[in-house]
Amino acid sequence: MNKIWLIFRREYITRVRNKTFLLSTFLLPIVMILFIFGSAYFAMSSKDNLKKIAVVNDPGMFKSNLKSDSARVHFDFTSDIDSSNFESRGYDAVLNLNNDSVTKKFTIHSKKQLGIDGKQIIENRLDRAFENNQLQKNGIQKEILDSISKVSMGAYTIENRLTLEKGKSEQVNAAVNYGVGFGSGILIYITMFIFGAMVMRGVMEEKTNRIAEVMVSSVKPFQLMMGKIIGIAAVGLTQLFLWVILIMVLSYSAVAFLPAEMVQEAGNANKSMPGGMGGNSAMATGMLDFLKEMSNVNWPLIISCFIFYFLGGYLFYASLFAAIGSVINEDPQEAQSLMLPITMPIIFGFIIMTSNLNTPDSKIMVWSSMIPFTSPIVMMGRIPSGVPGWQLASSMALLVAGFIFTTWLAGKIYRTGILMYGKKATWKEMFKWAFRKS
Amino acid sequence: MDILELHNLKKYFATQKAVDDISFNIGQASIFGLLGPNGAGKTTLLRMITGIFYPDSGHIIFNGKKYDPVNDVGYIGYMPEERGLYKKMKIGEQALYLAQLKGLSKQDATRKIKEWFVKFEMQSWWNKKVEDLSKGMSQKLQFVTTVLHDPKLIILDEPFSGLDPVNANLIKDEIFNLSKNGSTIIFSTHRMEQVEEICDHIVLVNKGVKILDGTVADVKNKFKENMYQLGAATSLENLVTHIFEVIRHQPGQLLIKLQNGSTTNDVLKYFIDQEITVHSFNEVLPSLNDIFIKLVEGTPGARQFQRVH
Repeated sequence: MNKIWLIFRREYITRVRNKTFLLSTFLLPIVMILFIFGSAYFAMSSKDNLKKIAVVNDPGMFKSNLKSDSARVHFDFTSDIDSSNFESRGYDAVLNLNNDSVTKKFTIHSKKQLGIDGKQIIENRLDRAFENNQLQKNGIQKEILDSISKVSMGAYTIENRLTLEKGKSEQVNAAVNYGVGFGSGILIYITMFIFGAMVMRGVMEEKTNRIAEVMVSSVKPFQLMMGKIIGIAAVGLTQLFLWVILIMVLSYSAVAFLPAEMVQEAGNANKSMPGGMGGNSAMATGMLDFLKEMSNVNWPLIISCFIFYFLGGYLFYASLFAAIGSVINEDPQEAQSLMLPITMPIIFGFIIMTSNLNTPDSKIMVWSSMIPFTSPIVMMGRIPSGVPGWQLASSMALLVAGFIFTTWLAGKIYRTGILMYGKKATWKEMFKWAFRKS
Repeated sequence: MDILELHNLKKYFATQKAVDDISFNIGQASIFGLLGPNGAGKTTLLRMITGIFYPDSGHIIFNGKKYDPVNDVGYIGYMPEERGLYKKMKIGEQALYLAQLKGLSKQDATRKIKEWFVKFEMQSWWNKKVEDLSKGMSQKLQFVTTVLHDPKLIILDEPFSGLDPVNANLIKDEIFNLSKNGSTIIFSTHRMEQVEEICDHIVLVNKGVKILDGTVADVKNKFKENMYQLGAATSLENLVTHIFEVIRHQPGQLLIKLQNGSTTNDVLKYFIDQEITVHSFNEVLPSLNDIFIKLVEGTPGARQFQRVH
């Protein structure tokens, strides 16, 4: 036990001190925050070049209906301005309302290209003006319509309560569950690959540096393998933990130091990324709704399950990666072909999870969340939508049994493979090593 | 007392009888040579002694008790032929790590590493990385990490490969020193002149079986071929006799082989009778190299694969 601890400590310390680890740990959250706030900044600055717009060739219905406001867009109805002189007259763009009534297409001339946002705002205003015009034409008073829609919009809401065993019900929001499940499934998938490959490279390093035999004259091969696997698991948890802390600290300080408008915009940018797919399109209320819904999610359950499935899935595959690393000689090409049977089920699990997440209780999802090869990814996708207790318990039990089995199996391949030099082992030989006695 | 006794060790792999019923004893504080051609089963034998492999049958007695790999590895230092170190690790930390894995406390390990680094003039290396070392330097470091924990039994597989003569001598002196202080050394190599110089006792294995076991002097005596070197002042041509056969003829020098049960005195008498003045006359023992080649020759250079069961 003491020896596993020594190996664990070396693996952990050398990896955590490594420059690549430090860079990826600290750069990723910074890049992420910069990306979110950077896109918010560009979205905002693209608005600024649309303050003053000259409108020409009004067919008549827009003059009274097109609304200006000082903050965003101001429309000036003139006649002596065209695309050649709008700039010198102090306008940002000139909107020509002379169209044919079939395509309903207007042109706007500007010096800078319009952002998607700016284009949408102007189109919205034009639509609204057209609507007003039509209301008046048909004798509908806008004030009455507004007051009706004020009370009718959002008058009724549906709350989806799931009936679980024991008759308990639970409020759910499909979109948020989808987002959270998707996000944690992807995270498990990525970390399994990153840290599994790290184990494999570590074993390969020991073999190509010819230190394996020196080591196994002091420690048992199994201790060497386990020390490495546990050490890298600790590195993985450390990195995830630091990422969460850093992202929280950075986004809170960004909220505190940046203008409110930009934070709002960043919230929208964040929402449109995979992993946060909740909410509706109305910006401000959407953000609030989203936050409210996020707080409805059962975080303690999700976080503890995440840690369990991260460790379980990692342990299940890490020992297999270690076994592969032990039979490879210097040639990284060999790694590719030998890794395939191990990476396939991981990718398979990922595909099942992403393509069936809309129906978390379908047969394929239930079964693949039981089988240890795919369960870490698929089960994490299902958990936010609620999983019956017996399914979760049996999935966990199977995963534990699974990683004990793979570790035992891999340990036997590893023991022989790590001392073999010169020739690549075949699957048949590895099978023999794994199942022979003693 | 014998520190290590091997009794009928067998280890069969799928296609080879790697070690097939080998027994021998190694005396306390001796320097023991384990010889054999490539693929003879030396490495498998050494791996069983270091507890990396378990023998299929037979047993090992270490220090008077049945060998227990888990606890006894602390008393063994093994420098395998395929050896290396973690390239990215600092040298001091590396030595410390390997010593701690052998069961040394951090304080003891640090103290001993410093002693050895002084002895080998490596004090300035502590914070260097292994990848910065030349092959010879890392070989020295490897030797230090092997003997750091004062093992009772030190196993060195080709310890001098890659070392220049100065560093090879440094290590050789340390091997004698360790042996003087009570450690037993098993020395495995192909370089017979080193064996003659260093070892007290040798065992030769070929194709998984022991074919020779004894002290260097005994072995040489056993394989001597009654060859003598004779130096004389006058011409030695045209000697016709049935007492000996001339093997090689050089000006003033003869290499002869006794024949028909004749003795050395018969030879001297013959030269006295011929009135030839003999300057020198001494026995020529075969070199271990010759014995090795003689014993191994005729067997195929590479071992053939065979069915075991």
